[in-house]
Amino acid sequence: MTTPVITVQHGTVGYDGRPVLRDISFTVSAGEVVALLGANGSGKSTLIRAVLGLVPLNAGSITLFDRPLRRFRQWERIGYVPQRLGAGGGVPATVREVVASGRLARRGVLRPPGRADRAAVDAALRAVGLADRATDPVATLSGGQQQRTLIARALAGQPELLVLDEPTAGVDAASQEAFAGALRDFVAGGGTVLLVAHELGPLRPVITRSVVVHQGGICHDGAVPDPAGHHAEPDHDHVHPHGPDEPAGLWSN
Amino acid sequence: MELFQYPYMQRALIAALVIGLAAPALGIYLVQRRLALIGDGIGHVALTGVGAGLLLNRSPVLVAVIVATVGAIAIELVRSRGRTSGDLALALLFYGGIAGGVLLVGLSDATSANLNAYLFGSLTTIFPADLITIGVLGTAIVVAMIALRPALFAISHDEEYARVSGLPVRTLNLLIAVTTAVTVTIAMRAVGVLLISALMVVPVATAQQVTRGFRSTMTAAMALGFFAAGSGVWVAATADTAPGASVVLLAIASFLVVAVAGGVWRTLRRRATPAAAPTPEPHEVVLGSS
Repeated sequence: MTTPVITVQHGTVGYDGRPVLRDISFTVSAGEVVALLGANGSGKSTLIRAVLGLVPLNAGSITLFDRPLRRFRQWERIGYVPQRLGAGGGVPATVREVVASGRLARRGVLRPPGRADRAAVDAALRAVGLADRATDPVATLSGGQQQRTLIARALAGQPELLVLDEPTAGVDAASQEAFAGALRDFVAGGGTVLLVAHELGPLRPVITRSVVVHQGGICHDGAVPDPAGHHAEPDHDHVHPHGPDEPAGLWSN
Repeated sequence: MELFQYPYMQRALIAALVIGLAAPALGIYLVQRRLALIGDGIGHVALTGVGAGLLLNRSPVLVAVIVATVGAIAIELVRSRGRTSGDLALALLFYGGIAGGVLLVGLSDATSANLNAYLFGSLTTIFPADLITIGVLGTAIVVAMIALRPALFAISHDEEYARVSGLPVRTLNLLIAVTTAVTVTIAMRAVGVLLISALMVVPVATAQQVTRGFRSTMTAAMALGFFAAGSGVWVAATADTAPGASVVLLAIASFLVVAVAGGVWRTLRRRATPAAAPTPEPHEVVLGSS
């Protein structure tokens, strides 16, 4: 008997009345490493944003760790890795400061960081190979290193479930390898992973199941499909710009 | 220097120093969220409160605190629920606030000198009761902004991540909105509603040219704000200039000095080490190779 970590039942999501996801149902069980695959605009990023409660469902239900999303409060069990680090207003922040944000879910707003928090941040920085860059401003890092910073931030919270949105898009080979290693260690420690990807590259051996999203529905759920067409070429790298989903608000970035 | 023997000058100096510390402590979060001008917008709303206070014969600062807080909360709610974009919301704040203020001041029997005291500050007319208000609220702002730094840094840096971390994002957003309103109103007497945003933003802009982290930027910005406020009041007392404008011009002067010095230092360092060719980062994408 496997324990369900994420369950989506008949989930439907739309922006401005335009449906993006239609009647989606799938489950991620403890210990699985599930890749959400699909073309641009297929709705796979929207799906993980719905799972995290960042996008409201129009219909259907989502449960996390056996609890309805609406009543889910144990956010320290989840580590989220967004597509990229927002530029913000340009106030510098060190790699360590960004990674330390990952401890907030565990620590709460009011408690100052303690020894366990510092140790977890150190461990997360080592896991992604950025221990020597801890005091550097994140803005001076390459795109791949910034992505590893975000993964370290998620790992610092010592989550049971990692949710990653295109962690390898436009990331250099060294960072992809470092990322695949960190993910292997996380899975070996009993972690569950849901990640969105265009292609898997060095991650492929780690993935246990793939779900392909096509035009707002799930068209494949099972073994990892072989890449087709030009995607199959060994040096193919899929890079494209990502626009913001929502307009910037007054009090937000 | 003997000017500072007078209690009114001592009050002016203490008030300026408190505001010099508090304004950048809040301002760093506003700058990080690209809201550098929100203080200006809320200052305009506070002016409506000043007008209402003068008209109703109540303490203008107190009424301004209430009106500015209500305005800041309203804007935050509009932002988080509605679709009004940031710059339109700002435009509504700016023009609605200043028009309301001018209208209400006109209806009251206050003089234009009264209005000027709030527009550009009037440090030397701070009463002991004002100083207590400024001291208590200013200390509260500094303590809250430092104690909540990890959480406020997280929501300013990446609001969605903060939400997925289970942080009370809405409450913290409201806290920043209310703190902005309170900072603006206590600083109104010192530098004036038209200049308060400068004290929130300019020290941060100066600090971040040389700092590497968020915490060091905050510390340096608060030190710069403190220095600009103290020396601005001293210059104003010695040279008989407008205190608010002196403080802001000193803050801008230190920005220029740091910008120029930083540029010169980087050029010299580059010339001193010509042999050290920059090691390129590994290519993120290799195009057209096989």
